Amino acid sequence: MKLMWFHLMPYTELPDDFNKKHPSVWVDIHSSLFDPKRAHHMYNDFMDELEFAAECGFDAVCVNEHHSNGYGLMPSPNLIASSLARRTTDTALCVMGNSLALYNPPTRVAEEFAMIDCISGGRLIAGFPVGSPMDTCYAYGQNPSLLRERYYEAHDLVKRAWTEKDTFAFSGRFNQQRYVNIWPRPIQNDPHPPIWIPGGGSIETWRWCAEMDYVYCYLSYYGYKAGLSTMQGFWREMEKLGKDRNPYRAGFLQFVGVAESREQALELYTEPAEYFYGRCLHVDARFATPPGYTTEATQRAGIQGMVAQAANAASAGGDKKKYRAREMKEIVDDGYVIIGSPDEVIEQVRHVATSLNVGHLMLLLQYGNMSKDLTKYNTRLFAEKVMPHVKDLFSEWEDRWWPRPMAQGQRAAVPAFQPRLAAE
Amino acid sequence: MSEPQTLTVDVNGFPCRIWRKGSGPKLGFLAGFGGLPRWVPFLDRLAEKRTVIVPSLPGFPGATGHTMLDNHLDWLVAVHQLLRQADLAGADLVGSSVGGAFAADMAAVFPGLVKRLVLMAPFGLFDERDPATDPWAQRGDNVAGLMCAEPENWKKLVEMPAGANSIEWPIEMTRASEAAARALWPLGNTQLVKRLKLIEVPTLILWGDQDRIMPQGYAKILSREIRAESRVQTIAGAGHLAWLDQPQKTAEAIEAFLA
Repeated sequence: MKLMWFHLMPYTELPDDFNKKHPSVWVDIHSSLFDPKRAHHMYNDFMDELEFAAECGFDAVCVNEHHSNGYGLMPSPNLIASSLARRTTDTALCVMGNSLALYNPPTRVAEEFAMIDCISGGRLIAGFPVGSPMDTCYAYGQNPSLLRERYYEAHDLVKRAWTEKDTFAFSGRFNQQRYVNIWPRPIQNDPHPPIWIPGGGSIETWRWCAEMDYVYCYLSYYGYKAGLSTMQGFWREMEKLGKDRNPYRAGFLQFVGVAESREQALELYTEPAEYFYGRCLHVDARFATPPGYTTEATQRAGIQGMVAQAANAASAGGDKKKYRAREMKEIVDDGYVIIGSPDEVIEQVRHVATSLNVGHLMLLLQYGNMSKDLTKYNTRLFAEKVMPHVKDLFSEWEDRWWPRPMAQGQRAAVPAFQPRLAAE
Repeated sequence: MSEPQTLTVDVNGFPCRIWRKGSGPKLGFLAGFGGLPRWVPFLDRLAEKRTVIVPSLPGFPGATGHTMLDNHLDWLVAVHQLLRQADLAGADLVGSSVGGAFAADMAAVFPGLVKRLVLMAPFGLFDERDPATDPWAQRGDNVAGLMCAEPENWKKLVEMPAGANSIEWPIEMTRASEAAARALWPLGNTQLVKRLKLIEVPTLILWGDQDRIMPQGYAKILSREIRAESRVQTIAGAGHLAWLDQPQKTAEAIEAFLA
């Protein structure tokens, strides 16, 4: 199986009374809480952590896109990915991803992804999320009723921009371009970089991923127990559509905290986990469900987005306890965060992978206000003590959705960063 | 209160409901945010002296087809078709809230279509210094108090009737909000202010004195920019949907203007 190291880049210094004094971590979070000089250190720590994860041997490093968000400091994940392209060598770069409808024209995504693919020698995984309501409809003012139509059209345009050999005209409902001809072009051109779709639990998305032969990723913050029914629904749908159970069709996000013992793990990871589930998911319910964002078919199926669930549950007050655990005991009991000694984590990771049948496990080993030291400890321990004992899973399946980079010997040698030498 | 006659017309291949009741000169009504999930006393009151014709805009209760409309021109053409098929060409037209934005544009863009115009706290304008409330970024339990001075009046409008499909009813209510969003997201600003000078028919501008969505100051902008004679009147004890809070007073103001 593939073990992928995911960073959300949370602002790590939201005040203790954040939830009491501020209505939302997202959309209208107050600028006075943001200290750019502290953010300088946060970004550099986070990028160190991603590079460290690559050195430790994770199969991929993952970044994602959020806007006006106190737990996601990457409005442009492409900026981080381009830096990682220079500071890593063999690790896949998973940009999870670019919200297509937010780019005007969407060929910008085709271009920037092609740049990352060229710089990295063909290591890009191209994620195309619709994007959350808070990011797309509120922070970026996109029309919720048009968002999905724009998304699908932008997808078609980007894919054609990557694959068509000649300059072409694109006449869509929302995008009209007389001359589509992107330079650069992606290295992965047979036919294009792997496309992964992070989504909620909608049947339409599952069907679309199956039809297009894309990886479906369920990026829940609520762990494998809450994610089980969604992933079972996904696999039932794949079976109905006559698709095999290749676990590499799917990706899943899981928080993990590994230490020498369970007691030590609790001691180390309680604060960052409670910071994340308390402060980082403090989203005002008024930004959770813009009309039209959720399709009528999904409404009929009674499916809500995960942030909407959490936000609505929080404002409704106690009756949906399942989605609002904020204290470590519940966070662990409900499976949001897997903690324990290496052996205990091995057992749980194997259980997650096999019960959900997920070949791409995206791991959050930094969360909330976790320090760089603790993040590196968690990362190293996972890489050394857990990874070797779970890598064997699903070896009978082929991962057809993984990047195919240039051969190592053909790739540019990236010189080590040596500022002192440069100054001499 | 008796039920109106219900007709269905086709706009872009989708059905749109037309309600019709009363006798006398025709009077059209384009409803506001949420549309009309049920017939209301205000319309009965108007139907005492007029033939009241109430077309449902695409996506609002009784109508679909909003998903075909990608931009303001698409919307204007659809509403124009709808009014003509509802037999409202040349009639007096009342528009409230979302319907008000379209009623104003019908008068501005299609000369001769509207005889006299009544605008009740219409969408279509936006002033950064005096912003309208965002109706789409609200907790569910907040909406009633924003739409009406007396929240119960909104709740009664959208309450599920006995025997209605409990899955489809809330979807229909969400669809109405989506249709409004599709036409007006994110600010409600259709750049109507640029076209107000094209309105050449007498116009009455009505505002609930407790409107918590549309700032009262927008009435002045409308009155100033509309070329024809216009006058502003405030309805006491009324919120954004003045006709829900004060059906009698609102109907009287309209009748007096059209008399």
